[in-house]
Amino acid sequence: MNRFAELLDRLAYEPRRNAKIALVADYLAHTPDPDRGYALAALTGALSFRDAKPAMIRALIAARADPVLFALSYDYVGDLSETVALMWPVPPVAPNRPPPHLAEVVETLAATHRAAVPGRIAGWLDGLDENGRFALLKLVTGSLRIGVSARLARTALARLGGLEADAVEEVWHGLVPPYEPLFAWVEGRGPRPDSIDPAPFRPPMLSHALEERDMETLDPADFRAEWKWDGIRVEAAGGAATSRDGEIRRVARLYSRTGDDISAAFPDLLAAISFDGALDGELLVLIEGRVQPFSVLQQRLNRKTVTAKLLAEYPAHIRAYDLLAEGDEDLRALPFTARRARLEAFVARLEEPRIDLSPLVAFPDWETLTAARAEPATHGAGADGDAVEGVMIKRAAAPYLPGRPKGEWYKWKRDPFAVDAVLMYAQRGHGKRSSFYSDYTFGVWRAAEAGDELVPVGKAYFGFTDEELKEIDRFVRKHTVGRFGPVREVVHTAETGLVIEVAFEGLNRSTRHKSGLAMRFPRVARLRWDKRPADADRIEVLEALLPAGA
Amino acid sequence: MEAMLLSGDAPLFTLTDAGLYCPAGDFHIDPVRPVPRAVVTHGHSDHARSGHGAVLATPETLAIMAVRYGEGFTGQRQPAALGVRTNIRDVTVTLHPAGHVLGSAQVLVEHRGRRWVVSGDYKRQSDPTAAGFEPVACDVFVTEATFALPVFRHPPAEGEIGKLLDSLRLFPERPHIVGAYALGKAQRLIALIRAAGHDAPILLHGALIRLCDLYGAFGFDLGRLEPVAGRAKKDLAGHIVLCPPSATADRWAQRFPDPVTAFASGWMRVRARARQRGAELPLIVSDHADWDDLCATILETGAEEVWVTHGQEDALCHWCGLAGIRAQPLNLIGYGDEDEADALTPEGAAETAPAATGEAGA
Repeated sequence: MNRFAELLDRLAYEPRRNAKIALVADYLAHTPDPDRGYALAALTGALSFRDAKPAMIRALIAARADPVLFALSYDYVGDLSETVALMWPVPPVAPNRPPPHLAEVVETLAATHRAAVPGRIAGWLDGLDENGRFALLKLVTGSLRIGVSARLARTALARLGGLEADAVEEVWHGLVPPYEPLFAWVEGRGPRPDSIDPAPFRPPMLSHALEERDMETLDPADFRAEWKWDGIRVEAAGGAATSRDGEIRRVARLYSRTGDDISAAFPDLLAAISFDGALDGELLVLIEGRVQPFSVLQQRLNRKTVTAKLLAEYPAHIRAYDLLAEGDEDLRALPFTARRARLEAFVARLEEPRIDLSPLVAFPDWETLTAARAEPATHGAGADGDAVEGVMIKRAAAPYLPGRPKGEWYKWKRDPFAVDAVLMYAQRGHGKRSSFYSDYTFGVWRAAEAGDELVPVGKAYFGFTDEELKEIDRFVRKHTVGRFGPVREVVHTAETGLVIEVAFEGLNRSTRHKSGLAMRFPRVARLRWDKRPADADRIEVLEALLPAGA
Repeated sequence: MEAMLLSGDAPLFTLTDAGLYCPAGDFHIDPVRPVPRAVVTHGHSDHARSGHGAVLATPETLAIMAVRYGEGFTGQRQPAALGVRTNIRDVTVTLHPAGHVLGSAQVLVEHRGRRWVVSGDYKRQSDPTAAGFEPVACDVFVTEATFALPVFRHPPAEGEIGKLLDSLRLFPERPHIVGAYALGKAQRLIALIRAAGHDAPILLHGALIRLCDLYGAFGFDLGRLEPVAGRAKKDLAGHIVLCPPSATADRWAQRFPDPVTAFASGWMRVRARARQRGAELPLIVSDHADWDDLCATILETGAEEVWVTHGQEDALCHWCGLAGIRAQPLNLIGYGDEDEADALTPEGAAETAPAATGEAGA
């Protein structure tokens, strides 16, 4: 438990992906089975404990600490598990046993009756230090929140044996903690585990952004194009498993692009995954046949469970791009055109209203595709034109290759919106940028009683070059007019200030922002040192961009 | 001043604008503004200020003040060795080690059979660069309360140094920048790093150099210390670098390629505080007593009454009540934790500014 606690502690403060992978890999390399397997399960969200709730933890500390001292401490720390972990009174006589291993905790809790759980946990807390107690409490209440995706944890595992992460993904979903055969295989000590999962995750194929020059060298005849829908990329997998006693059980799963199993939040889609195979597609919300804006889809995202009301109001839908497997047959080695033909037949046979086909966009030359991308509504997308965020260009002969292979798939997004805004506040970044002011709040002008004023409309923290970052940082440090903790207010009068051209993908109404607007994917496009703040845009320019009815 | 009469007798100390004042001896302890006569517990800038008529302190503290403020920091220096009794008017003053930083002392003031101890800042953990705290029996104990919440229990500092060296092992190409207060914390860290067997050169921010030199002059071997200034970017990789906490957010820090940012402070115990400072590697190393040590120390002094100068006085006074000891907060202003002072007040900034701008100015 102590090693796991140390790992969580480091991960919680580490912003860099590569460093997180190194930390997890180092832990897995130096921790014995079965502890490391349970740690991997905890990191990938594969563990849950039903009987440990915050109320139980409150009761444990209430029996051991003065209520005033607890209240003062909780008020100061702000997190229940952390407060309890830090102020847990060490018993006068240390427990006559070593601190628990992670495996002991996991296996014991699984076998312990609900009524005995608090006693068990208290016993372990007595034997652990502050970090160990924190890790235990976060583990059992299921709120690790350390910014590690399932994909990242599996990438670290793959690194143990010099494997690609995708090789681990292929077998992952059929295995259960503590994954001893998996570790044995990764470390070259055992055979590749047979994945018994009839609906495994297949790592998706990803694209590169199309560069303008690319069109000079690419022959349109070698490519197919389709709409890039503004939803989230998912994989829907279904199959049947036969249990030892011969019973056949249907399995349906919905995976995110990174391999997280998001099935629990989408029972409506699981019911539609009645097939044996795997579809790659876009998760959308359709109401009366129309694709809804991303802001509507967001109501269904990042939830562990879903209510009947949400299911009724925001019905989920899959628009299929590709067919990766059909029955027992893996189609990924086939060229795109062959898979496409199989996909079209498959979706037609399925007759499932929640699953439809994403149409191809015909284009004899790049000019036609350019026009389609500029105006999807009149090039086949019809009333769903606003839900198109660009086109995907896929090589007709390309097999389905996990990862981001070069030269096969291109994404060509619609031109972003752009607005000239004025830098108002800046905050220091994290990691490599911890000594730079790299998070920017910017505003546009609006009329107020005392004349025009700037109103914040968004935050951006990327899009600039290293050189531009230095320039902005220098500007912020020289033009600070106020400090609020880590935030600096920067001069922003009509005459003095920094104008930033902000690019963004879309705009929605929002009650969370003073301006009533929320930008999607805002980033710094250019620094307009040539402009005065007075020349920046006004709020009316943005309001005109709001989708009708939004 | 009616609140000051808890003990029944006339109190030996009162409060003035400058801080804690002893009328019977006519001196202040750690005054926050210039006074004719001061007793100074230790060299941190919120306790040791310049411009007093006379300063009684340990020779080490006087030397630290001279380094920080210049030789003319006071009209008259009155060095007092630890354990040596000095008569001042109607009282007797004796300094006892406080374990906080080099030269830090508690002040025992005796008057007509009553014993008062003003602790200044103190810690009970061992520290190779400071004489260990000695509990002094007294009637009234005037204590700090910087970390007086039960959530603050400092782990052994050696383990925290282990975290730093482990990280250096895992990321050998990345410089490890450690924000640590320039007086005491920095030298303790260096001594502990050396004790853990790391003997590579440690790089110093300009604001730390003179104080490290002073420790050297007092006989502490801190190993090879080299200034950051003037080193090429590629020669910074993989080193442990010490700087004042605020410098990690300064342009000074922009020269380091892909650094690991560490802070050494008792505040690092609380995650929200550590994140607020931008710590990636929080090291819980404090030069203050933690909760358990504050409570244990109060009991060890045998004091029947406790005055709390600054910090989390609510919790400590409440605990005293539970333990049957009279206690009251003094709510002294002008003192703070040095790490915070460093980041938030002009004094701390002044300490780092010349070196920081001097180095990063181009």
